[in-house]
Amino acid sequence: MAQRRFLPALPALTLLAMLGPVVAGLYGTILPAFGHMPTVGAFGPNLDAFRALFEWPGLPSAIRLSLTTGLIATATSLLIVALITAGWSGTRAFLLLERMLSPLLSVPHAAAAFGIAFLIAPSGWLARFFSPWLTGWERPPDLLIVQDPWGIAMTLGLITKEVPFLLLMTLAALAQADAQRSTTVAQALGYQRMTGWLKTVFPRVYAQIRLPVYVTLAYAMSVVDVAVILGPNTPPTLAVQIVKWMSDPDLTMRLQAAAAAILQLGLVVGALAFWRFGEWLVERLGCRWVMAGRRSHGDGIIAGAALGLGMLSALAVLLGITVLAIWSFAAQWQYPNILPDALTTRSWMRHSSGTLEALGETTIIALVATAAAAILTIGCLEAEHRYGLRLTKRGLWLLYLPLLIPQVAFLPGLQTLFLSVGADMGRGPVMMAHLIFVLPYVFLSLADPYRAWDPRYGTIAGALGATPDRTLWCVRLPMLLRPLLTALAVGVAVSVGQYLPTLLIGGGRVATLTTEALALSSGGDRRAIGVYGLMQTGAALVPFAMALMVPAIVWRNRKGLRHG
Amino acid sequence: MDKGLTLHNVDIRRGKERLLQVNHHIAPGDVLTVMGPSGVGKSTLLSYITGTLAPTFTATGRVTLNGRDITAAASHTRRVGILFQDDLLFPHLSVGANLAFGLRADATDRAAKVAEALAEVGLDGFADRDPATLSGGQKARVALMRMLLSEPEALLLDEPFSRLDAALRAQVREMVFARAMARDLPVLMVTHDAQDAEAAGGVMIELKP
Repeated sequence: MAQRRFLPALPALTLLAMLGPVVAGLYGTILPAFGHMPTVGAFGPNLDAFRALFEWPGLPSAIRLSLTTGLIATATSLLIVALITAGWSGTRAFLLLERMLSPLLSVPHAAAAFGIAFLIAPSGWLARFFSPWLTGWERPPDLLIVQDPWGIAMTLGLITKEVPFLLLMTLAALAQADAQRSTTVAQALGYQRMTGWLKTVFPRVYAQIRLPVYVTLAYAMSVVDVAVILGPNTPPTLAVQIVKWMSDPDLTMRLQAAAAAILQLGLVVGALAFWRFGEWLVERLGCRWVMAGRRSHGDGIIAGAALGLGMLSALAVLLGITVLAIWSFAAQWQYPNILPDALTTRSWMRHSSGTLEALGETTIIALVATAAAAILTIGCLEAEHRYGLRLTKRGLWLLYLPLLIPQVAFLPGLQTLFLSVGADMGRGPVMMAHLIFVLPYVFLSLADPYRAWDPRYGTIAGALGATPDRTLWCVRLPMLLRPLLTALAVGVAVSVGQYLPTLLIGGGRVATLTTEALALSSGGDRRAIGVYGLMQTGAALVPFAMALMVPAIVWRNRKGLRHG
Repeated sequence: MDKGLTLHNVDIRRGKERLLQVNHHIAPGDVLTVMGPSGVGKSTLLSYITGTLAPTFTATGRVTLNGRDITAAASHTRRVGILFQDDLLFPHLSVGANLAFGLRADATDRAAKVAEALAEVGLDGFADRDPATLSGGQKARVALMRMLLSEPEALLLDEPFSRLDAALRAQVREMVFARAMARDLPVLMVTHDAQDAEAAGGVMIELKP
């Protein structure tokens, strides 16, 4: 009986776990932004914090960087994904790319960014390949390639991670868009593959992936870990500067940080509005383009170029992880040698206690946050199944809200609130903060397969006398083992990759693989970064491997579940 | 009138639109056939009786089974068995485990009862098989025995033979009806197939779109 009353309450509890901290955090940001922070003796409201912020000489370039990196990275990623799918979906090349990109999705942003830095830096792997025979460089040239003031390296780093994300979202949308038949009809009408797809399928697909695209934009504009590794230093991006102010020993700097967080939120909202306007414009022009009836637009060349760019982006991450691995095992490695003189486990030995401790912390946080997210998600979906408590279209927005509001806009406020109520900044609050971001991804990952389960199995089980709970535990969840484990793997990967929630809510006292790796970034110890980056990648990837292997082993004698 | 499955003035609507109205008593061992093209709400009637009506529908009336009013009872306490056109054997369980899932919890000698049920339909020694490796006719037989092992007091059939090819169809149909008669179950079948209706032999209601 307790459960009957408990289950219908889970959707509300889920929204509270996800949105409560966001709202509280925004509240905790707005107060100090307008000069109210009693703990440091500031009583508002006033605009002093904003005045101080606008006097900061780095502000114009920080704002410019936030806008350009975010908009360019998102638009480029979307363009690559749309053109690849248009030109190649259903072909073997597409399947190959899909296989290459799927595991890349789970590579943490920080590890991918480190890898790319090690690849493109003046002393990086690429330069070594072409030196000195082509470039003539006997020593690393004095070029600011990584951390360039225009944020180009950062934008590239973001693109390599956003392309797999948007591509997988597109693949999920394709299934619902009846793409195959539309393409066949368009081709029968004489349209070339890519043009036909863009004119008939893309509008429907875009409507499905619009929210993930917005998430990408909001993320790219306000990301901290990638910006620390690949972004410019003096001045840094706005998000990075907020974190710097937040960790300033002078607590009054938090007022300025809060004001900057509000500005960051405003920038994201403004950019989203601008993007929305762009959508409207493209729709207008697109309609005319569709009706004009041209059958091809250099399809071969454009599709080829898009595929090339997609492959390049996948290759960049793969090579980046490879070079991280090599550095972690490198003994002496002189420029411009392509490989180190010898391999050694010395770096791993030296960092073994540190990495193991951080791995333990990372694992505990990820497992608890993911388990909580899975319980809430299954509870919501089961309540939906049993009582018809279904999320509306508007409800879906709520699910995306924690991903649309920049982390850097509400986490500082959350930290301030935690401090003001005297809560101990430690593992517990960090788990709670991770849950905010793990929950939407676990939900989005599990919802479709959960709803696609044939409800007649439930009817049969009920007719056989099984209670709803027995049906859930003995029929539904075992049948959904594969998607369930995949959702758990997604949750763990999201948690492992979290930097800002761990840093801010942990008060600097919770050391995960991600925070440790980021702490090394300014030092330039490539071997240590290699060790931590690789550990971080492994922590995110191993669960995915297990999500593939476990069902294959458990259901090895069950043909009916092999493709389920 | 106590024994059997009785539908008292059952009236099912989707919003304001009336889907169907049934007032009928099915005596033990009798078959009621509900005919009609797809989309007129035949399966909706069955989900009403099993207690799984989707929230978009509203229903009035009462259902009694052997004197018990089951209108508002939880699905798993109704003791109403159902077979669909697909076998819906649980793919993660072996054939034997599927049957044991159906067997009532208070049953003793479970393994023996499962083996006996398999033998009854000519599937001796199939207990450890993966249901996905069975033929269509074999799956239909397992699905039937799984349902019967749960000792239902009525049997609902939702287009149960439409996926089977002609030769198999008559055979499975005969087996289902024979088993239901032997256990004196009231049977409610919905179908759009005239042959199924004819073979059932009982009263027939036709639903018009």
